[in-house]
Amino acid sequence: MKLVEVDCLEVASRLAGIGFSLAAGEVLGLIGPNGSGKSSLLQCLAGLLPHRGEYRCAGSPVATLAASERARRIGFLPQACSSAWALCVEDVVALGRLPWGDDDRAAIEAAMRQTGVENLRSRRIDRLSGGEQARVWLARVLAGQPRVLLADEPIASLDLRHQRGIMETLRQHADLGNAVILAIHDFSLAARHCDRLCLMQQGRIHRLGTPAEVLTESSLSAVFQVPVYVDLDASPPIVLAR
Amino acid sequence: MIHLLCLALALAAALLSLAAGTTPVAVFSGLGDWLTGVDSPAALIVGEIRLPRTLLALAVGAALGLSGAALQGLLRNPLADPGLTGASQGAALGAAAVFYFGLFPAAGEAAPALAGLLGAGLALLLMLALAASAQAATVIMAGLAVSTTTSALLAVVLNFAPNPFAMQELVFWLLGSVSERGLEHLYFLLPALLAGGTLILRQRRLLHALSLGEQVAQSLGLAFDRGARWIILGAALLVGASVATAGNVGFVGLLVPHLARPLVGHRPDRLLLPSALLGASLVTLADIGVRLLPPGREIKLGVLTSLLGAPLFIWLIWKERRA
Repeated sequence: MKLVEVDCLEVASRLAGIGFSLAAGEVLGLIGPNGSGKSSLLQCLAGLLPHRGEYRCAGSPVATLAASERARRIGFLPQACSSAWALCVEDVVALGRLPWGDDDRAAIEAAMRQTGVENLRSRRIDRLSGGEQARVWLARVLAGQPRVLLADEPIASLDLRHQRGIMETLRQHADLGNAVILAIHDFSLAARHCDRLCLMQQGRIHRLGTPAEVLTESSLSAVFQVPVYVDLDASPPIVLAR
Repeated sequence: MIHLLCLALALAAALLSLAAGTTPVAVFSGLGDWLTGVDSPAALIVGEIRLPRTLLALAVGAALGLSGAALQGLLRNPLADPGLTGASQGAALGAAAVFYFGLFPAAGEAAPALAGLLGAGLALLLMLALAASAQAATVIMAGLAVSTTTSALLAVVLNFAPNPFAMQELVFWLLGSVSERGLEHLYFLLPALLAGGTLILRQRRLLHALSLGEQVAQSLGLAFDRGARWIILGAALLVGASVATAGNVGFVGLLVPHLARPLVGHRPDRLLLPSALLGASLVTLADIGVRLLPPGREIKLGVLTSLLGAPLFIWLIWKERRA
């Protein structure tokens, strides 16, 4: 069954004619220049931005779902995360259980284990490094056990080890029968970890398909307006501006 | 556990407040006499004089502490003060109107409180209409606009005071005090405390989620706009009613959440009740201080809380900086 089905999704002056579907186990990477609509699309899918068009999650129209039911099915990791208060890691992760109205220890422990933050559980979030914080923010979303996980640039400004760790955790979540949609600027990581990519330009889908179909020199050069060098056969794949 | 400790502190402060005064009396027997209707000097002192004052101090402190914790959580800002909603200045203006224009003569002693509550309500309505959305920045600006306007109007009222006595009465009233008030003041404060407290406590989950911002709270299925309005309404009710009955008791709403935060792991949802209880304890203890100072010109409660609160706040900031 398709976990996400989107058709003719529109947001005035931001998104137009967006349509795609995603099956359980799939990771979809949203790529495109700044301002191309990646974050707006993720916010629409998370239920944060009003939109027109069809959007179904696990068969149900999302517009008809109660907010808490929507939040149980769809988890959202925003681009910039921060905590106003010096909460401990465990309390931040437990926030993921709010839509369920419980404090499911097993789910919280599993999320901390998946992201490798069990040893940080009693540390204050504001005293962790950027990479450690990124893992905690992801653990918070995973604790809600969402069928669809939306992540807006989850690896921006992380070191190589944390970038790989986050991408592998997202991959694992998809492999458990869920779907993941993430906005990403690192094409090499996108090529390695995403099943399909969606190249966006000015609020529309320019190209949608496997990494090999989307990451071509011609389409990337056209959208980013710089000459691009692509070698997807290399390990790891190479995609760079010339 | 923390709740029990805070409750024990508030109870101890209340008992101390019933015992404190120039005339030594047996608190429990006096209270027993008053409750059973026995006419004794102890019953008169404890039941008629000290009990209303103690209950008022507890309620004012609880209202200020709770509203401070709620607003700081909502606005994600540790410097958010209950006066931010404009409700306290609205209450002050309402009371000023009583001193100058003799509004609500039928209400007698409670007239300033009644007009204050009305002023707070009007200021709140204006603020909510101006803010339109519940975004933190808009709420702060709308609150600032309303409090600046009401402060300007209060300055006009003071400027054109009909006589120096009216002005003095108003200024003293504004400095904050729980003395010379009866149980009738509690009839305004308690319903407001109950209603405001309920509105705020029902939004505990939203306050917890807001730790990570509005977007996260909304993505967790919480209605931010509606919840935020209930919190603002609750806080304004608490602040308006407490200023209307006791004048400005400064620093409590700002400081108490800072004191309570480390006790509850900095969680804004768990901060609410301890802040109310600590606020109640702090104002009651400060009021005992007011009574124990040498007789003569009485220092006002609001002046004492500000005098004690300001250095404590500086110390907290210093500690935070060094951490």
